[in-house]
Amino acid sequence: MRRSVIALLAVLALAGPARAVLPGEQLADPRLEARARAIGAHLRCLVCQNQSIDDSDAALAGDLRVILRERLLAGDTDRQAVDFIVKRYGHYVLLKPPFEPETLLLWLGPALVLVGGGVWVALMAKARSGPIAPTPALTPEEREQLAQRLDAESAS
Amino acid sequence: MTAEIGQFALILALVLSAVQALAPLAGAWRSDPMLMAVGRSAALLQLLFVGVAFVSLAACYVQNDFSVALVAQHSNLSQPLIYRIGATWGSHEGSMLLWVLILAIYGAAVAIFGGSLRDTLQARVLAVQGMVGAAFLGFLLFTSNPFTRLFPSPPDGAELNPVLQDPGLVFHPPVLYMGYVGLSMAFSFGVAALIEGRVDVGWARWVRPWVLTAWLFLTVGITMGSLWAYYTLGWGGWWFWDPVENASLMPWLLATALLHSSLVLERRGALVSWTILLAILAFSLSLVGTFLVRSGVLTSVHAFALDARRGVYILGIIAVMTGTSLALFAWRAPSLKTGSLFAPLSREYAITVNNLFLLAATATVFLGTFYPVFMDVLHGDKISVGPPYYRMTFVPIFMLLFLLVSFGPMLNWKRDEMSRLLARVRWPAALAGGVLIASAIVFGVGHIVSILALALGAWLIAGAALVLARRWRLGELSLADSMDLARATPLAVIGLVVAHAGLGITTIGIASVSAWQTNKVLSMSPGQSVKLGGNTITMMAVQPIVGPNYEANQARFEVAGPFGVRTLVSERRLFPASQTTTTDAGINWGFFGNIYISVADPNPDGGLTVRMWNHPFVDWIWAGGLLMAFGGAVSLADRSLRVAKVERRVVKPRASGPRGVGPPIAEPPIPEPGVASAEAAAS
Repeated sequence: MRRSVIALLAVLALAGPARAVLPGEQLADPRLEARARAIGAHLRCLVCQNQSIDDSDAALAGDLRVILRERLLAGDTDRQAVDFIVKRYGHYVLLKPPFEPETLLLWLGPALVLVGGGVWVALMAKARSGPIAPTPALTPEEREQLAQRLDAESAS
Repeated sequence: MTAEIGQFALILALVLSAVQALAPLAGAWRSDPMLMAVGRSAALLQLLFVGVAFVSLAACYVQNDFSVALVAQHSNLSQPLIYRIGATWGSHEGSMLLWVLILAIYGAAVAIFGGSLRDTLQARVLAVQGMVGAAFLGFLLFTSNPFTRLFPSPPDGAELNPVLQDPGLVFHPPVLYMGYVGLSMAFSFGVAALIEGRVDVGWARWVRPWVLTAWLFLTVGITMGSLWAYYTLGWGGWWFWDPVENASLMPWLLATALLHSSLVLERRGALVSWTILLAILAFSLSLVGTFLVRSGVLTSVHAFALDARRGVYILGIIAVMTGTSLALFAWRAPSLKTGSLFAPLSREYAITVNNLFLLAATATVFLGTFYPVFMDVLHGDKISVGPPYYRMTFVPIFMLLFLLVSFGPMLNWKRDEMSRLLARVRWPAALAGGVLIASAIVFGVGHIVSILALALGAWLIAGAALVLARRWRLGELSLADSMDLARATPLAVIGLVVAHAGLGITTIGIASVSAWQTNKVLSMSPGQSVKLGGNTITMMAVQPIVGPNYEANQARFEVAGPFGVRTLVSERRLFPASQTTTTDAGINWGFFGNIYISVADPNPDGGLTVRMWNHPFVDWIWAGGLLMAFGGAVSLADRSLRVAKVERRVVKPRASGPRGVGPPIAEPPIPEPGVASAEAAAS
């Protein structure tokens, strides 16, 4: 813990004013960098609006990018690296909220509306469908009226 | 002096809106034509006075009257005229004034064009519009007065947020507000119908053009907003699931649902109470969109009103309006006549299912936007809901919806047969299947969601084309006969085809850019080249330049690609008045995709940090959005024609009884007794 705090301080001192993914931050190993980008897209810049750390210009986002890459260089799996960051910044840092009892409604709400609404629509359809009387044929008078109207329509 | 004129005009408008809220309501109740007429005059006068107030504020900005606090905060001597005018609605107070102005315009439209409505219905609609107007004029005057004076007045003002200093500011907010506020018409008609206790085909025929108008403006507004964000925010995103974007998406989704359900109501007299409920919900969400987001409950880049008192007032208005109208709905809706019957496989039913999916999509966006607030309040736990959430919830719902879209226009009203339906869609289905297989072979199955979306895009476009092919009976009749049918195609049908095809084009754009965009970030010096997406990009020169109210570091690039060589200019601007930097990206717009270059600050090594993207087919997203809106406009043109026709013919038959717009002549008298009886049952 103490070492990581020192590391963090060192990073902060070195990082200075940072901008969204900077040339200097990128890892030499393209595979590691690709992993860092994939993870970074799911981490929130804590001082921004729904912006991932990869998109953000804020200094804090730059720090997180650097920490993330350090963890990956140290041999962490993706999961370990994310856990490391969540431990320090809380769930708020995850753009994809965790699936927990508190977030059940968030995750299942859309499906609930769809299924619940589907049942309702199906019931309504049943009530609505009833026996639809076959369309009765036109009476001779109606046929006459129709012809007149159509004539009037095409004449106008 | 100008500010005081505006202030007095606003106070008069508030008083007038109170009159408009009460007099016609009492008039309709007591069948007093004089009192009902008061509503019409009040609506027109309200427009006059709100208009005076708006022009006064704009004049204060144009004259740079820094003794008005709002002007001092959002304008200065070096700010270009166009952005001084734009600044009129570039602040919380000013945008509120614009909102109230547009509400007054719609209210006046009911007074002017609503002559063919039943008198009591028109009076009640005006009364509801008056209530909404009174609530928000009160909010404006008591918590967000745009005309507050500053003493002593400063010699120069601060500055309009530089990010907003863009042509987008001049068009985007007014267009979007035309949409948001346009939904107030659906709301007022819905509530008026509930008070009146009857909904007929005339009601639907009158409401639909307004819903279409609101939807059209919302579509254009959202599309423009997305495009603006793309070129101005400097990292090439076009949608961020930001609370404010979500707030515009929710009313759009419900307006789309309303557009379709009111079609069923108009044509078949069904889905009566559902349509009214949608109208109430759509406007409520539009209020949430315009105000709650700005109240500071949700913080966002757009939130320029971080004031708790305003938040409470707004929350109060929304709670009272939504609560009252929903209570009225619960009380009156059961007594409304339900319309005609339809079979489980029919166009009515398909539209009901369309509404269900749009409702579920709205619920998803609502949950994603507000769940963090609930979590914070209930558990004190902060969570974020970002793009990954929407990819897992919203996107699947929409993909299922898109799968259904092309079936809709192929279905007959009232009832249909599955085997015939499937036979009708065989060509679009085959094309979509072909696209699916071909893109899976070319791109592999790594981006399965995007590949499916490409196929859905093809399905939507082909499905739209099939509507015309079927109507013109291509291949069935001789070419000359098909041409005759083509000439007789109603504009509404063409509108439908264009809008659905636009949806497909947007889908293809989203699928392509999501899966196949590439980017590079590097430090570049003049003379250096880099390859990206089949282009060679060379940095030519970097030089400092001076704009009207900013200084910039300007970089020029040469992009050599398969279609020749283009020069791109990308700037990093510093606005000294507010010490803000903005990005002006260099974009090579193209049919097949864009090259997008933004520059940041110089690096210690002397180079410039450059971020470049290749965005395949990204322009299709906005082109599709504009096509959708164009489809709406085409359809609207048809409707106004038809309504005019009805009004001309209405003269004599009107004596036969009050029937709203008039006898059901607007539809060509197709020999289907079902339609006539449905209309008779509904009225």
